Amino acid sequence: MSDIRNRLLSDFSVGEDIPPLDYDVSASTVVLGAIATRDCRPMHHDRDFAINRNGVKDIFLNTPNLAHWFERYVTDWTGPKGRPGRMNFAMRGSVFAGDHMTFNGKVNDVSTDESGCGWIGVDITVQVEGATMTSCKARFAVPTSDDDNPWSRKGDAWKP
Amino acid sequence: MSDLPAEVQSWIGKKRHEEAGEFDVERGFILTACSSVENGNAIYWDEDAANEITAGWIAPPTTISTWCRPHYWAPYREGEGLPLRTHFDLKEALGLPEAIMSSDELIFYEPVRPGDRVNQYQILESVSDEKTTRLGTGRFWNIEVHYESLSGDPYVVENIAGFGYVRESS
Repeated sequence: MSDIRNRLLSDFSVGEDIPPLDYDVSASTVVLGAIATRDCRPMHHDRDFAINRNGVKDIFLNTPNLAHWFERYVTDWTGPKGRPGRMNFAMRGSVFAGDHMTFNGKVNDVSTDESGCGWIGVDITVQVEGATMTSCKARFAVPTSDDDNPWSRKGDAWKP
Repeated sequence: MSDLPAEVQSWIGKKRHEEAGEFDVERGFILTACSSVENGNAIYWDEDAANEITAGWIAPPTTISTWCRPHYWAPYREGEGLPLRTHFDLKEALGLPEAIMSSDELIFYEPVRPGDRVNQYQILESVSDEKTTRLGTGRFWNIEVHYESLSGDPYVVENIAGFGYVRESS
């Protein structure tokens, strides 16, 4: 694992942009996301149901899979020692099969808590054709030094 | 004065539908989850990285609900196995055939690992008065879901907001 890079707390700064992530969402993306979260609700695999029962334009990404997209987006950038502490997202619209979605993010906080754990706060949006479908605020723990590892924190040393 | 049915009012603030997942956390499904979002994080794919960083394999914390979703069919149950049953109870009790999730908050504690069994229970936090949105007329609700080990140690606390509705054209 010598080629794995982990960013340290000192590498982050408030206002820093997270590199965008662009992705073409296909029906397979939506269905695989539903399968991966064991979500059998038809609006995530049955286009006829989504259109005629839900009144939307197509099948769409489900909530737990969207949460995993956020986790992946942030940890791609922090490195594997980035540990999610808290995530809160509001879905203004759905991401449908056929959409091109773009994740953008910005650092809103860089801090250390009383236990010495390093934290970054991030604001993330998922946009389709320039419109924000989902906005997310998240807090991830990151290492404060090469020897630090947020995943080893437990009990009172972990305050998400 | 709330016009919420008494049955639904009685659910607010109460622990409901406590049950353990029907299977253990397992690695094949962890990889399926990572594949679905192209999550190449080394702690899910590289055993050396997992051993060094997370003291062995873990599941992505955001996949927590996966381990509590019932099988669609099982020989010991009649009908479709439904997750987040309070959500479906509300749809039925309030006569709202359609529903969509509007927000989700997750607070992560210990990660789950292959072999763990996840227990969960739900608390209905609130139900709004009737609202009309572009989808239809219905109510918003908030459900808190606690995911924990069989011995009660927390994995994740989730607060999900849903909107149950009747389409305007229905």
